[in-house]
Amino acid sequence: MDSFRIRPVERADLGEVIDIDTEATGLRKVDYWYELLARYGGSRGRQQRFFLVAEQGGRVVGFIIGEVRDWEFGSPPCGWVFGISVRREDRQSGVASRLLDAICDEFRRAGVDKVRTLLARDDHLVMSFFRSQRMMAAPFIALERDLLE
Amino acid sequence: MRLQKNTLIALSSILEAAAEPGRQVVAADVAEKYGVSVHHLAKVLRQLGRAGLLESARGVGGGYRFVGNARRVTLLDVIEIFEDISARPAEGGERETVTDEGRGIARVLAEIDQTAKAVFGSITIATMLGIVERERRARP
Repeated sequence: MDSFRIRPVERADLGEVIDIDTEATGLRKVDYWYELLARYGGSRGRQQRFFLVAEQGGRVVGFIIGEVRDWEFGSPPCGWVFGISVRREDRQSGVASRLLDAICDEFRRAGVDKVRTLLARDDHLVMSFFRSQRMMAAPFIALERDLLE
Repeated sequence: MRLQKNTLIALSSILEAAAEPGRQVVAADVAEKYGVSVHHLAKVLRQLGRAGLLESARGVGGGYRFVGNARRVTLLDVIEIFEDISARPAEGGERETVTDEGRGIARVLAEIDQTAKAVFGSITIATMLGIVERERRARP
């Protein structure tokens, strides 16, 4: 399959985006996605936020979301991918690779030369995907603390 | 993080064979390249064969070829054939749990183990071949 195209998300896509996310996570987060659409769905001023979808035959088969973050913990501005998913039946056909390439092009246009992401340590499927796209460990360590202890 | 010698030989052998799918790799050439005896390499190859990752070829120059799925088999899959790098329980083993200090140290070691396991489990043979190729191109 290579007849899909990558384009910015539109409001009419959101139902399918929510379906894809629900299929992957088992959680239907409608309000969350409408909030993301409001924050990442349009371009205003200097474009730093990107919400792209892969469309084939009039249906959305995948999406990716990311943004340029400036000087987080001393890091020069870089691209961050914090959401990517592809319909189960459309996987293994290059959709996610094309989505990642497309958002990386946007990041380059925004003037950054590095892309990062953050993953659950046991999410081998998605981590393997990003590894296959030449991503290596960043010089950061994610830390957390239980606020109830 | 250190891997045992047999594990490293196994990973190298797999990468040699997977680099050119379908082509038979001559075991003697691999043994010479990595500085191990043919006998030693043969033992490692047999284990990889039993795991369904390699298929040996008989006849003149006898070699082997990779028969796994390079986009699915991970470094962890290969490593676990030869050694156990299971993440230690955060609460420690029997000896460590005797003291609070021991349990504290065990928690930190478990964090290191879990990270190592996640790294090995996320890198497929195909991805590793890409890393090797980039190293090759970067070499002056």
